[in-house]
Amino acid sequence: MTALTQINSNHDALNTYILRMADNNLVLGQRLCEWCANAPILEEETALMNTSLDLFGQARNWLNYAVDRDASLQDCDAVTMLRDERSYLNMLICEQPNGNFADTMARHYLFDVWHRLTLEVLCNSANETVAAIAAKSILEVRYHEQRTRNWVIRLGDGTEVSHQRMQTALDDIWTYVGEMFTQDEAELSLVAQGVAPDQQTIASQWRDIVSATLAEATLTMPEDGYSQMGGKQGEHTEGLGIMLAEMQSLYRAHPGAVW
Amino acid sequence: MYAQMVETGVKTVKDRSEMGAEEQAFMARIDEESKIEPQDWMPDAYRKTLVRQISQHAHSEIIGMQPEGNWLTRAPTIKRKLQLAAKIQDECGHGQYLYSAAETLGVGRDELLDQLHTGKAKYSSIFNYPTLNWADMGAVGWLVDGAAIVNQVILQRTSYGPYSRAMVRICKEESFHQRQGYEILLTMMEKGTQAQKDMVQDAINRLWWPSLMMFGPNDDSSPNTAQSLEWKIKRKTNDELRQMFIDQTIPQLEVLGCTAPDPDLKWNEATGHYDFGEINWEEFFNVIKGNGPCNKQRLAKKVNAHEQGAWVREAAMAHATKQQAKAAAKVA
Repeated sequence: MTALTQINSNHDALNTYILRMADNNLVLGQRLCEWCANAPILEEETALMNTSLDLFGQARNWLNYAVDRDASLQDCDAVTMLRDERSYLNMLICEQPNGNFADTMARHYLFDVWHRLTLEVLCNSANETVAAIAAKSILEVRYHEQRTRNWVIRLGDGTEVSHQRMQTALDDIWTYVGEMFTQDEAELSLVAQGVAPDQQTIASQWRDIVSATLAEATLTMPEDGYSQMGGKQGEHTEGLGIMLAEMQSLYRAHPGAVW
Repeated sequence: MYAQMVETGVKTVKDRSEMGAEEQAFMARIDEESKIEPQDWMPDAYRKTLVRQISQHAHSEIIGMQPEGNWLTRAPTIKRKLQLAAKIQDECGHGQYLYSAAETLGVGRDELLDQLHTGKAKYSSIFNYPTLNWADMGAVGWLVDGAAIVNQVILQRTSYGPYSRAMVRICKEESFHQRQGYEILLTMMEKGTQAQKDMVQDAINRLWWPSLMMFGPNDDSSPNTAQSLEWKIKRKTNDELRQMFIDQTIPQLEVLGCTAPDPDLKWNEATGHYDFGEINWEEFFNVIKGNGPCNKQRLAKKVNAHEQGAWVREAAMAHATKQQAKAAAKVA
């Protein structure tokens, strides 16, 4: 019987990192589930479901590794369903509400580029398990990036309405970009060991890639302003708690149940 | 299959002697079990019946995403969420595939969707029932996909080539969904708490009769069956299919340790089939007419998604046009 208590939130540096990777996927994957039966065309319905599926599958790989390293986390479902929002370590960009299709695609693309670049380095991580999970994930994430990039361009260089909506979407989400490239002590110690990538390097690559895409999409790259931070340390925006309440409701209502 | 009461537009089945040479040749091909292909001559009523049936089937796949989507965000484990997302994705794929099959008959997807959105075209009555607990995700897979498969296995032999081939592919995935659905229920019954077991019985109680209704009215109130059988669009009658479904489902129900909400259900040694109680046809016809528990919400959600997405589709078209113009300018 799984006790309905909080899951351990004192992680070592590596598990902190692994949970951050997992939670990015869980939270963004859950947002994509919310699109079900609401997509603008059938092909996108399939793509949104498929991407969500990929993200949850990747999350499970990360979580299983975290659980292997720390048995107090119980199992991948307990660690997903029993942590509250203060224990979730995803970046704020992943949890932002779906908004309209442009908001979803802007959020997703900016994350996808970061995700792909990060995974590329992780494929050569000094930690073999991390490298193996990254190698498996990257095949899917390359495709995610290709698809969301296409949508940023289509909407940016589509109609006046779509251009405006995509520009607004970018302007709105931009405050969450900075957090992707910040690193705390835990993460820097992993960089020093060759386990995790240095986000300073990734930041400049990210900027080049995104700026080329936005140029092709006839969109203006927003100015870097004040960055919202805190997700990686468990300080989130208000929407995350509501999202988790929904996601975790059934599991929490039946402690110890086997599904 | 998710088509019910598909109109043939034909009052009585024509005698061969009343047919012209083209139609006689067409019927000869049907008789010898050769497939009719898109470029072949076919009676207008055959074409229209197929469009109605295939599009109704496609619409059902698409609307069918909604009752499952209702639990997608609350799936109790990562494994169950992955399974459910994959099933919903498959269903959307079936819808796309079936719209393509209908397009071979000369009707575009936009036109078919428009018929759905305006209420002119129907989808299976089953999707107008709500999903009220997690066991419904198992029961939908087991009973609803199960009922669909009984029909679709037979439809692999339907006379229209593209529809028949679509069925072959769809059947494989549907069988997988059915086994997965059953496994959800079996896990809850074998390893679950009392609350979970109660959920399973509750789901069966609510979805049992609506699943039997999926086969459509009794044969004596199904005026279109004779013509559809003659054309081999349909290969068995509604009642035959319903009986097949019940006969194969009861043993599975017993393995679960659950019961059907039908006091008249019992094995009949003489016929070698299960006898079962009278379906509530008043409820069935009301759901078909739009008075089911979820008719309005399902359609409203579909229409809303379509309308809210109009600007995205317009943008994609505009962008494609710009790209074509650029490519043309390069060539010139």
